[in-house]
Amino acid sequence: MTVHAFTLCDTALRALPSGALHIPGEAALCVSDLHLGKSDRIARRGGGLLPPYEARETLARLEADILATDARQVICLGDSFDDLASQDSLGEAERLWLARLQAGRRWIWIEGNHDPGPVELGGSHLAELHLAGLIFRHIAVAGAIGEVSGHYHPKHRLGGTARAAFLYDRSRLILPAYGTYTGGLSSTDPIFAELLKRPAIAVLTGTRAIPTPV
Amino acid sequence: MRQLGGMTTLPSAFSDWFAARGWQVHPHQREMLDRAGEPALMLIAPTGGGKTLAGFLPTLAELATEPREGLHTLYISPLKALASDIRRNLLVPISEMGLPIRVEDRTGDTSATRKKRQRVDPPHILLTTPESLALLTSYEDAPRMFAGLSRVIIDEIHALAESKRGDQLMLGLSRLEAMAPGLRRVGLSATVEDPPALAALMARGGAPCPVLQADPGPDPDIAMLRTEAPPPWSGGGGRYAIEEILAEVKRHRTTLIFHNTRAQAEIFFHHLWLANTDDLPIGIHHGSLSREQRDAVEKAMTEGQLRAVVCTGSLDLGIDWGDVDLVIQVGAPKNVKRLIQRIGRANHRYNAPSKALLVPANRFELVECVAALEAAKAHDLDGDPRGAGPLDVLCQHILIRACAGPFDEGELFQEVRSVGAYAGLSRAAFDDCLEFCATGGYALRAYDRWQRLIKRPDGLWQLRDPRAAQRIRMNIGTIQDTDTLKVRLRGAGKPLGEVEESFAATLSTGDTFLIGGQIVRYEGLKEMTVEVSRSAAKKPRVAVFQGTKFSTSTQLSSRILRMFGQETWPALPDHTAAWLALQREVSHLPSHDRVLVESFPHDGLAHTCFYGFAGRNAQQTLGLLLTRRMETAGLNPLGFVATDYATLIWGLNEVQEPAPLLHDKGLREGLDDWLKGNAVMKRTFRGAATIAGLIERNLPQTRKSGRQATFSSDILHDMLRKYDPDHLLMRITEAEAMRGLVDFGRIEEFLARTERRIDHVRLERVSPLAAPMLLEVGKVPIVGEGRERLVAQEAATLMAEAGLGDL
Repeated sequence: MTVHAFTLCDTALRALPSGALHIPGEAALCVSDLHLGKSDRIARRGGGLLPPYEARETLARLEADILATDARQVICLGDSFDDLASQDSLGEAERLWLARLQAGRRWIWIEGNHDPGPVELGGSHLAELHLAGLIFRHIAVAGAIGEVSGHYHPKHRLGGTARAAFLYDRSRLILPAYGTYTGGLSSTDPIFAELLKRPAIAVLTGTRAIPTPV
Repeated sequence: MRQLGGMTTLPSAFSDWFAARGWQVHPHQREMLDRAGEPALMLIAPTGGGKTLAGFLPTLAELATEPREGLHTLYISPLKALASDIRRNLLVPISEMGLPIRVEDRTGDTSATRKKRQRVDPPHILLTTPESLALLTSYEDAPRMFAGLSRVIIDEIHALAESKRGDQLMLGLSRLEAMAPGLRRVGLSATVEDPPALAALMARGGAPCPVLQADPGPDPDIAMLRTEAPPPWSGGGGRYAIEEILAEVKRHRTTLIFHNTRAQAEIFFHHLWLANTDDLPIGIHHGSLSREQRDAVEKAMTEGQLRAVVCTGSLDLGIDWGDVDLVIQVGAPKNVKRLIQRIGRANHRYNAPSKALLVPANRFELVECVAALEAAKAHDLDGDPRGAGPLDVLCQHILIRACAGPFDEGELFQEVRSVGAYAGLSRAAFDDCLEFCATGGYALRAYDRWQRLIKRPDGLWQLRDPRAAQRIRMNIGTIQDTDTLKVRLRGAGKPLGEVEESFAATLSTGDTFLIGGQIVRYEGLKEMTVEVSRSAAKKPRVAVFQGTKFSTSTQLSSRILRMFGQETWPALPDHTAAWLALQREVSHLPSHDRVLVESFPHDGLAHTCFYGFAGRNAQQTLGLLLTRRMETAGLNPLGFVATDYATLIWGLNEVQEPAPLLHDKGLREGLDDWLKGNAVMKRTFRGAATIAGLIERNLPQTRKSGRQATFSSDILHDMLRKYDPDHLLMRITEAEAMRGLVDFGRIEEFLARTERRIDHVRLERVSPLAAPMLLEVGKVPIVGEGRERLVAQEAATLMAEAGLGDL
């Protein structure tokens, strides 16, 4: 696994190729936009019946990252569930799996726009979290310094392929979506030009984390 | 209606009308009337043979002698344009004879109010497309609308039968049959290689469908266009022949200039316009243009105002353009049958020979054109046998049936089995499709509460959520459009046409491209519309949006290989003969019983070209198999492109020894593994998943911002591959790919006939024969170690250039 190590406002961080952020100083792992229960929500609304395997796939990747980094804290940076009702759609196996991952770890659910209310699945529920000199919230706030957020599902195009990507400048970091059933927003979208000052870096995810200028 | 033993006689008003125009009823039109009572009948007639009128005469006669209310005849054509064209043509005899007959068309372009009214108060004759028919049968009031339906006319059935649109149409017919028992079916077809097979497709439940063959008329007059300049070695578009083509346009009343792709038509039209110093009125017509633009060209054409139209397959079918006296085909026709059908567009007077000129775009195509000419003269038509009815179309049919109201599964099964292509459908396969529609059909039980279809206590199936009907209707159809974006002039509201989303994604502000014959400058993307301004640029960035891409048929490929074997080529112009001689000198010419492999450097990468002459699909599969072996061998392949005759692969390392790559042992085993994860498979999966209703089309109204809402269907494919490899959609994808896109049979045939007799030629530069490959579109990237290394290198260079190397 090739990771990209960098610092944000003097805090050492590691962008993992899976799209998770490792904060070694705090033994913490941060993932954003899991969108668990997405297939269930689409079905409920009369859409197609998608392969119902995305929750186990997302949890399998999360478990692998937790074990690889030996994380003691896990921060889910909002939109962990596709909507509040999606929590009910998790099967018994997935609930147990999640409980197993939570055992012995500090587990934080940050509020997202898809899942604003409290969740019943253990862990603590926060609007924002201060950790390691950084602030963790779902949606980036204009002018913030030392901020880690998600929400936009950034992706970046290089060498003919677009991949989910971390985006950061000197004061903020935007995480890619970690969930299996998630699309992306191109790094060339004007919203990122507003949020990020030059020089800004995109870190492509995939088999290795590859940094490149935006 | 006066019917004498199933015979409809021609009312005197009709004979008078024909006589007044100095026309005679053709023998096949007469026979269509005589046999109007047949439950199913197929007419094969050349274009211009009064085929459509032959189809409608029984309807007009019946309605004239016995006026009635309600829908009498449904006419289905593959093209919207055809439906409105036929309406105009039918209105002439109807109004001149004062017949009490109402004719209306109904397509995706018909207004919502009009559509609504047509359901309440249908016309006597309704002209529509397979998709609009499927939509009509999805309404709860369909049985009322179709109750009195007496005849169905399927026009250009040979074109429909080549795709899933035909399967959907035939399933739709089985629904109509249930609502209007005893319905008579009439098929109208151009010349085809196997008429009885085509007829069997449209017959009901294995009943006979007699074929009526009209006089094919005189042989067409086809020749190659003689040009001052030789065609280029590579490239497309036929620009070198513009002067000669313009001269032909001047010499004739009206000329149709066919191209194989939309992009080529655009580029050609642009240059033709620049060379058109006499300001001849010339228009352009293809499927990417806006409806307004197409309408304007069609109208001008019908009114005889245009001297030429540059067009693509969108004009392929029987629209009556009146005075076309010359057809020019630019680029190789790829398929003899299609060539003959296109040529039929010229000289619509019955029994006058059609006149056509072939303009190969490059020297390889010149060889193809000569082979096609010989085949046409020998009446050697080509075609591929059809497979069984596809299950993704059946899934959509089940969903459409559910929209119309509760249904019994046994009845629906019987109905489906009455369709020719589905006659062999097993109950188990049907149940799989029903299960997929109802629950998703996953190994993991899911969606208990949110099933799409539920079985009621009385045993009938219905939609769980009636609102789902709306979404299903929005996704009706089997045409696989790549996602397209509208192109609009900034400030002005008028759309110019559409480009593929993947093309739009490569544009940056200031880039110029061609659309509708003008050069425009890309300004930006606004709410999923490409905004452009007019540009004064002389040279556009090439428009790479794709049109239809055809494959050369097996028969044509064999003819070409035979030509390569000749000592000299007296049938070819000197420049092309010299080109082949040069290829023979610097390398070899491919032959039936040997494999030619050429290696050469180009653009800093190692290129290797494998000549299999196995057709585009098989060459593509060969590309996938070879790159897999190259990846294992550490040759770092980056991508490949396939044409009908060869596969060109490029990568970081040179191929030293091609024999192990082509070794047939384990090739098929490797295939299974490799296929499941590759891009061709994923593309096939995307098509099947969209048709079967798993994913929704990216409709403009559902993707306002292109934001995070949609995700790639590739992810769904990966999930099924990992967790549910035997899922129905995976089976559909595999079956389809093996038959069509994979075409493994032709690879095996190629390996057998060459028996690994390999000629590996290493060159310093691209060979004459390989040169056209470098400009081919449709390159397939290989995601492997080579690409990882390139991406990492490119990223590192960019970081260093930006002075961020230390970040």
